[in-house]
Amino acid sequence: MMKTLVIAEHDNQQLNAVTQNAVTAAAGLQGEVDILVAGENVAAVAEQAAGVSGVGTVLVADAEQYAAQLAEELAPLVVEQVQSGGYQALVAPSSTFGKNLTPRVAALLDVAQVSDVIEVKGVGSYVRPIYAGNVMLTVESAEPVQVLTVRPTAFDAAEQTGSAEIRSVEATAAVGVSTLVGRELSKSDRPELGSAEVVVSGGRGLGDGDKYREVLEPLADRLGAALGASRAAVDAGFVPNDYQVGQTGKIVAPQLYLAVGISGAIQHLAGMSDSKVIVAINKDPDAPIFQVADYGLEGDLFELVPELTQQLA
Amino acid sequence: MKVLVPVKRVIDYNVKVRVKSDGSGVDLNNVKMAINPFDEIAIEEAVRLKEAGTASEVVVVSIGPKQSQEVLRTALAVGADRAIHLETDDELEPLAVAKCLKQVVADEQPELVICGKQAIDDDSNQTGQMLAALLGWPQGTFASEVAPEAGVVKVTREIDGGLETVQLNLPAVVTSDLRLNEPRYASLPNIMKAKKKPLEAKAVAELGLDVSPRLKAVNYAPPAARQGGIKVESVGELVEKLRNEARVI
Ligand SMILES: Cc1cc2nc3c(=O)[nH]c(=O)nc-3n(C[C@H](O)[C@H](O)[C@H](O)COP(=O)(O)OP(=O)(O)OC[C@H]3O[C@@H](n4cnc5c(N)ncnc54)[C@H](O)[C@@H]3O)c2cc1C
Ligand SMILES: Nc1ncnc2c1ncn2[C@@H]1O[C@H](COP(=O)(O)O)[C@@H](O)[C@H]1O
Repeated sequence: MMKTLVIAEHDNQQLNAVTQNAVTAAAGLQGEVDILVAGENVAAVAEQAAGVSGVGTVLVADAEQYAAQLAEELAPLVVEQVQSGGYQALVAPSSTFGKNLTPRVAALLDVAQVSDVIEVKGVGSYVRPIYAGNVMLTVESAEPVQVLTVRPTAFDAAEQTGSAEIRSVEATAAVGVSTLVGRELSKSDRPELGSAEVVVSGGRGLGDGDKYREVLEPLADRLGAALGASRAAVDAGFVPNDYQVGQTGKIVAPQLYLAVGISGAIQHLAGMSDSKVIVAINKDPDAPIFQVADYGLEGDLFELVPELTQQLA
Repeated sequence: MKVLVPVKRVIDYNVKVRVKSDGSGVDLNNVKMAINPFDEIAIEEAVRLKEAGTASEVVVVSIGPKQSQEVLRTALAVGADRAIHLETDDELEPLAVAKCLKQVVADEQPELVICGKQAIDDDSNQTGQMLAALLGWPQGTFASEVAPEAGVVKVTREIDGGLETVQLNLPAVVTSDLRLNEPRYASLPNIMKAKKKPLEAKAVAELGLDVSPRLKAVNYAPPAARQGGIKVESVGELVEKLRNEARVI
């Protein structure tokens, strides 16, 4: 029987929903799925994890050195749990948290990792995008521990109807080579970009940060949408880095994606081409974004977007 | 402080990649190759540390076929001091690359390794973290700011929710994100000068490491094509389509 350990992503208070997507991916490995919650004062997170359907046991490692979620501290713990628990697979979301931690664990286990899996065909057989999503690679792994990061938007979130057993595990010794100095997290009342039903994204065509907000915020308000951006818009300082959609930013797959003043470089498409419906507003008739858009609207965004906002009232 | 920068030769980011018709791989014939964009950023950061007097020497290393020496020359032309080429015609997986790099670190004893956060061909995003694990060093991944101080380095990281700053004991591994800096271009005189900078070549086979592949690439396929869309003539038509045809608003 295959045993899979999923690493929970959380902020010591709230389980991040991407963990539920990771559990669904893990379920594709056909066997038992447990979750590891490591942090400080994480009883509430453990409860939430225990509620995720399909989970057998929630392992909880509660210690000060895990509070900041530093890879240096977490990796030895994960290795210890994988080995003592006899797990043959380890799954984490391909968020910045999972991308940071999982390869460190894989190297300590001396196994290859398969990154950003979008389909689990069975134990040891996975599909993952490479070359900015221009190629889908089917890859096979015979490693004794299958280490995967999985793309949250490619798997449905497991439901919250479970009641797993919660068990504490011993913390590993503190490593002490790194410390968290601080975090500057974007605060927003909008839906989370990675899981929003509607995303309104702006590019360099918006001109500057003030215009980005002036033009796109009312539209996003109307649609209850998350706001996103191209790399050019982030580089130019219109919006913070965590707005970036693309190969090296966030991957989104909403019901509706509106690309405003975005040309549609392959690196941007890599982050949004799995959206159900894509709308592009651009003044350049030859902008590549029109090749992936279900509905293309050609013209000046400064006229068209306010008009759209108004018509949606 | 010596800084080591691993650089990979990859398909240029502007090239539209094509899959071979039999699904056995990606067509690399006559395709423009270049230095991985994140590695350009990593080199730039190392060179700036040298210009600021913080770094004493910048060594670049590339693992790959003979032509990897071209990207090493590019790195030398923008300010790296010395290059190491570990030659192999096999495509090494990140774990194998990390094992090779660990040996280079043992020989060179750098205090800081700056990798790219990901190679834009395999999109693995693994090597820096794996190298840090094998060395038992701390890691500062997805860096948008790198500030070395006595015995430590402060790294600002681009994370999903915003930014995070960590302090790492040196030696450490850092991986570069897009906004760490804007890489300079090599000037013609510097390209000429780079030809005379030292480049040491060695075969990966001589390292005595097991770098055999652990994964098997079974099939390469193009992504499912999106249904061709339409252009709408007006905002009114767009709203009508979104409501009644796509039913997403
Ligand atoms: C390694 C690497 C990784 C990258 N990762 C990412 C990534 O994750 N995400 C990402 O987005 N990019 C990424 N990029 C950058 C990418 O290649 C493009 O440079 C970027 O996406 C361009 O952003 P843009 O479309 O906003 O800007 P531009 O390409 O400059 O396009 C602006 C568009 O706005 C239109 N426009 C201008 N004014 C108006 C107006 N008044 N009305 C209507 N339309 C107007 C123009 O016609 C144009 O099409 C990456 C690049 C590299 C090398
Ligand atoms: N063959 C290689 N030679 C030198 N450096 C490499 C090689 N492969 C990967 N790297 C380094 O590791 C980083 C991440 O690569 P990857 O883990 O493959 O996404 C790259 O940006 C390089 O800095």
